[in-house]
Amino acid sequence: MDSAKFDDALTGEQKIRNFNINFGPQHPAAHGVLRLVLELDGEIVERCDPHIGLLHRGTEKLMESRTYLQNLPYFDRLDYVAPMNQEHAWCLAIEKLTGVKVPRRASLIRVLYCEIGRVLNHLLNVTTQAMDVGALTPPLWGFEEREKLMGFYERACGARLHAAYFRPGGVHQDLTGDLLDDIEQWSEEFPRVLDDIDGLLTENRIFKQRNADIGIVTQEDALSYGFSGVMVRGSGMAWDLRRSQPYECYDEFNFHVPVGKNGDCYDRYLVRMEEMRQSVSIIKQAVIKIRECPGDVLARGKITPPSRSDMKTSMESLIHHFKLYTEGFHVPSGEVYCAVEAPKGEFGVYLVADGSNKPYRCKIRAPGFLHLQAMDHMSKGHQLADVAAIIGTMDVVFGEIDR
Amino acid sequence: MIAALEELGAYVESKRRDCVLTWDVTNGELNIDVAPSSIVDFVDFLKVDSTCRFSSLVDITAVDYTGRVKRFDVVYHFLSMYQNHRIRLRISIREEEMVPSITEVHPSANWFEREVFDMYGVLFSGHPDLRRILTDYGFRGYPLRKDFPTTGYTEVRYDEMEKRVVYEPVSLVQEYRQFDFMSPWEGAEYILPGDEKETESS
Repeated sequence: MDSAKFDDALTGEQKIRNFNINFGPQHPAAHGVLRLVLELDGEIVERCDPHIGLLHRGTEKLMESRTYLQNLPYFDRLDYVAPMNQEHAWCLAIEKLTGVKVPRRASLIRVLYCEIGRVLNHLLNVTTQAMDVGALTPPLWGFEEREKLMGFYERACGARLHAAYFRPGGVHQDLTGDLLDDIEQWSEEFPRVLDDIDGLLTENRIFKQRNADIGIVTQEDALSYGFSGVMVRGSGMAWDLRRSQPYECYDEFNFHVPVGKNGDCYDRYLVRMEEMRQSVSIIKQAVIKIRECPGDVLARGKITPPSRSDMKTSMESLIHHFKLYTEGFHVPSGEVYCAVEAPKGEFGVYLVADGSNKPYRCKIRAPGFLHLQAMDHMSKGHQLADVAAIIGTMDVVFGEIDR
Repeated sequence: MIAALEELGAYVESKRRDCVLTWDVTNGELNIDVAPSSIVDFVDFLKVDSTCRFSSLVDITAVDYTGRVKRFDVVYHFLSMYQNHRIRLRISIREEEMVPSITEVHPSANWFEREVFDMYGVLFSGHPDLRRILTDYGFRGYPLRKDFPTTGYTEVRYDEMEKRVVYEPVSLVQEYRQFDFMSPWEGAEYILPGDEKETESS
């Protein structure tokens, strides 16, 4: 059609003005309370300004007036999708400063539960990502499995979500034999469910159209925006803290680090699916190792409580127990940074201790904070509908971003 | 591991003697104290130098040391995915001093610097968009400073009469409970009211 013909119909008013919209704070695809101020040219995103902090609870400030042990549950409430992985970083930081050696059985249990946390997180992310782009069934299937995993959380520590299970010096309680059996049985059954989700999504036409070539992250982007976790692995860099800077006893486990090729949302989805399979394999190995390794699950000493039976027979143990849960333990002064490979990326704790029973300063380094920061860069030039897909693939959880 | 870090620390110091004030390896981590004015230059050096290659910024934060003349420490963490090592840079500044922004070198510093500004009131010169980030719109004060009370100064509620959210000064129905539980044999300082008069008169 000859476009020159319509020139007279274009008045000044029709030509200019970009459109500004508010995305959120209450939007189901925002994965929490995220407010995006989007500037749209038609349906194309020109500028994206995330406003965060709507879930800011001042965790770091609160931590400065509580003892080390009282601070532990705050970590469950950061990334509430995979609570134990966060506690892990806190425990590692304290153990590094106090020089406590964790018993092997506790170390193995930690690995087991960290991997359960990873599956918990990826299940939620993959399936809600599918929901963001229009599929309703995967979340239902995914949440069924999450339910079982939360059951394992509950049987280990009594809480389905806010576990407070990892403690400085080990884990709170030992696992029972039948819990290990059930976890093993679950790890046999779970790959079938994963295959179902795989069959539903991986070759799905709509899912591919909505994810392939969307939100491409190049290697330079990943470095300059400080990405970590799946966000760098999706772009083809085999960087995994479990492998490159092994903590706990990850160095004795067999697992692969899956990497993507194109760095788009679809690759990151595939990486997450494969990571779940690797996690299941680690879970299986861990269960076998835990069975072979009986023993205590806490490094008994100043920073851990005495056993119940000791408390009933020894006065010193009773005093120690009382002092531990009121005054708390003292951590020698110094500063450390401890990072773990949380499901979302590198979760770090920068702890400044002054020798008292409370941290002088604790900075929580959340991976989602950096990922969301790149939102403007990643969504520029995309359609409005792709914004939801990009938020989904970044795996943002506001508990940890806003702190 | 520690030997490698000591080697790296010595290398960095020899290359950039003008920027590095002191360096040490404690708890298996490399710390470098840097002069505030040369931070941008130094971070750029760490990023491009082939031995260092600290390509990703991990974290920027600050620590408030009350009682020091240079009140704040701004702390930078970097990670090299190529060489697989980490580094921590510290700069000490006075309360009203400005810190050069490193957003030119690492775009990811943007939000971190905004957060430090929000929480401590440290200003970064050359930052493209230094707004508050985590606190409320129109918030006053710098919450992570040690002299800011944990309870804050204002509280919000929805007012049914006015049909909007109203801001009011904090009123606590009971005292904010702050126990130290310190052992009287170890931590307590016995200061009786009136004791200070003795030193004043003498």
